Amino acid sequence: MSNPNIALETDITFIFPNILVHDERPGYEGYIIKSEHIQNFMQKIRDDLGYDYLSSVTAVDYLPEGKMEIVYHVRKSTGGSPLVVKAQLDRENPVISSIVSIYPGAEFQEREIWDLFGIKFEGHPDLRRILMWEGFSGHPLRKDWKEGYYEEDNKPFKSRWPAGHYKSAEDKNPLGANLDFPAGFNPESWVPEPEVALYTGLGRIERKDEETGINTEQVIVNMGPQHPSTHGVFRMAVKLDGETIVGLKPVMGYLHRNHEKIGERNTFLGNMPYTDRLDYFNSMSNNFGYALAIEKLMGISPPERAEYLRVMMAELTRIVNHLALFGFLLNDLGAYFTPFLYAFEERELILDIFEAVAGSRMMCNYFRFGGVARDLPEGILNKVKDLVFDRLPRKIDDLDLYITNNEIIRHRAEGVGVFTPEQALAYSAVGPVLRASGVPYDLRRAQPYGIYNRFDFDVAVRYHGDVYDRYLVRLDEMFQSLRILKQVINDIPEGPIQEGKPQYQVRVPAGESYGCVEGPKGELGFYVISNGKANPWRYHIRAPSFINLTSLESLCIGNKIADVVVILGSIDIVLGETDR
Amino acid sequence: MSDQKGNYMYGLGVLKGLGLAFRHFLETYIDDFRHWGKRYKTPEGIAYRASKDVKGIFTVQYPEEKIPVPEEFRFVPFLIYEEKNGEIEYRCTSCGICAKVCPPQCIWIVRSSDPNTGRPIPDPAEYYIDIDICMNCGYCAEYCPFDAIKMDHNYELASYSRSNNIYDKTMLGRPVSYYASIRPINYQREENARLEAETQKAARKSIA
Repeated sequence: MSNPNIALETDITFIFPNILVHDERPGYEGYIIKSEHIQNFMQKIRDDLGYDYLSSVTAVDYLPEGKMEIVYHVRKSTGGSPLVVKAQLDRENPVISSIVSIYPGAEFQEREIWDLFGIKFEGHPDLRRILMWEGFSGHPLRKDWKEGYYEEDNKPFKSRWPAGHYKSAEDKNPLGANLDFPAGFNPESWVPEPEVALYTGLGRIERKDEETGINTEQVIVNMGPQHPSTHGVFRMAVKLDGETIVGLKPVMGYLHRNHEKIGERNTFLGNMPYTDRLDYFNSMSNNFGYALAIEKLMGISPPERAEYLRVMMAELTRIVNHLALFGFLLNDLGAYFTPFLYAFEERELILDIFEAVAGSRMMCNYFRFGGVARDLPEGILNKVKDLVFDRLPRKIDDLDLYITNNEIIRHRAEGVGVFTPEQALAYSAVGPVLRASGVPYDLRRAQPYGIYNRFDFDVAVRYHGDVYDRYLVRLDEMFQSLRILKQVINDIPEGPIQEGKPQYQVRVPAGESYGCVEGPKGELGFYVISNGKANPWRYHIRAPSFINLTSLESLCIGNKIADVVVILGSIDIVLGETDR
Repeated sequence: MSDQKGNYMYGLGVLKGLGLAFRHFLETYIDDFRHWGKRYKTPEGIAYRASKDVKGIFTVQYPEEKIPVPEEFRFVPFLIYEEKNGEIEYRCTSCGICAKVCPPQCIWIVRSSDPNTGRPIPDPAEYYIDIDICMNCGYCAEYCPFDAIKMDHNYELASYSRSNNIYDKTMLGRPVSYYASIRPINYQREENARLEAETQKAARKSIA
């Protein structure tokens, strides 16, 4: 992968002589830092070196070595590949200082690490479990933790062949025997502690109004998890002063299935269809990110035609996503189903193309390591051509006419949920949310992957940072996607679509890799560690929906309760990806 | 592309939008008249409603109307058998590649072995797919070296009991002719490749 900013990157061990060393393990990149210096280091690289944007924080459990490792990916908002820094901790008592005070965007990610790995972050403002529930026993991503339906460490399971006498999972693990409770826990008499913790975190106050002498009290309103506006099972506890929001805590994890643990049991290839289920609107770009990560480890790259097909699918899925968002956002604004169905009509036509090419409308599973699954069937290129050159521009213009200057929409959306560029960067916002705040950051330009550096397109950017601009930025992006698609259709060469022979058991050399794409919702990253065996040792997803939610509270504070729904809609979350 | 400046708040934007909705409403009826009697419940009508030229209403009245699925559409695998002299012969050799590649591990195969020698025979004694677990990824069909397992087009699998959802060898079995009917292009390509391989083999033999 070519990186235009490579010349700007220097060896920073000279700046931090005693605390930083190169990561010398074969296949690894970046630096290892002494864990007690992490805060100072982060402060310095943010303030002095321009790494103003924390991309991802995750952890790895190295069980055989008795170590835990925190992996930070920090970026410059001007572009370039991320700076990878790792801090190694003792596995028995893993503690590190939190960097939330430096990068507020780390808040949920550190909570997730605490939840899944049991690593304590000192100085974290609200270190509770985030995806699992408070009464959960253990930390599931630790390598010695076994799930209720545990069968074997790695797939393929030996019981399936050659003597695969069918036995259902329920027979093997009868209901009731397949779960663990913490010591002393009785599900019958349990009082929901997390609720208490959640509400204490919001800290209601009562006060007397000085002027009128009336006693006022702040009210906590629960929205969700079963709420039509939350786009799935997502819950917000909102603290209100009158109608104004003074605090908000998102609660998530209702759709949690520990995708990452499943991914570590799976083979490398077996993970591909699972990535479809993350952000189920955009399985094509999920596939893309995962394929890039593994290809980087394997050191292969797809042939020309496959590269073009990948870009074609990724851009079509971006249009699908933004169209769907139009529908949902307008529903949230109270426009009911008319714009929704107008948008879905176009989405339908694109999904027909996915169905004909990949075999499924939403769970595409189209990408393979070193190529794509199959070539375009006869006539499909013409269909895409018709859509891209004729129908879609017309219809997106229609939507523009229909919505953009509608006075009601503008009243509801302008000046609501404002985010300054500084805030957006600090909270690690990505994708359209970041670009609507005036930061022209798009991975397709900032760290080009695939063949994006060949295409002529603009990074859509808007400057007001409100809900309206987040809508407009997506409109602009659809036009840019059409621009890319036109070039793809004109330039797509004939040729093979797969590098080498398709293999079901890929050899992935040991090492780490971070493959990221600019998904429709923002930077979607796959951090994969291979130890040379058939299954990944660690498989982490930097989910844009999840990390964008970090900023929800600060976006909402000061707005009215009725705007929460709209602000949430404008962030564009998908719970399949948020909860993983 | 629209701009945030100008035409501020006179209700014009709302009117324009309503005009568009009204146009859509009219188009539905105009389209109905133009395709009188052909727009609904006919194959060309369904194809038209999935084309780029469609105006007005585009929904399909399932189950009275069904959109034909494209050839590559995949849903729950089936096993191909060939009928030779009235006997059913599965193409499957129980090599186990599908069971190994299956991401959710829903394929269970019992390999048969010779009762006398105990050596494995290339024929599955039992073959199960738990379609509750199958995620329709299509890997089994993609990586099968014998073209013995393929993805089906039948998506209407609802049943009243989950116990019906463990498909065994007979429930999974379909004749080659069925495969050729749902995936004609793929079938032809595979047959051509097979014929070519056979002629090459024969040619090599005759040279030797």
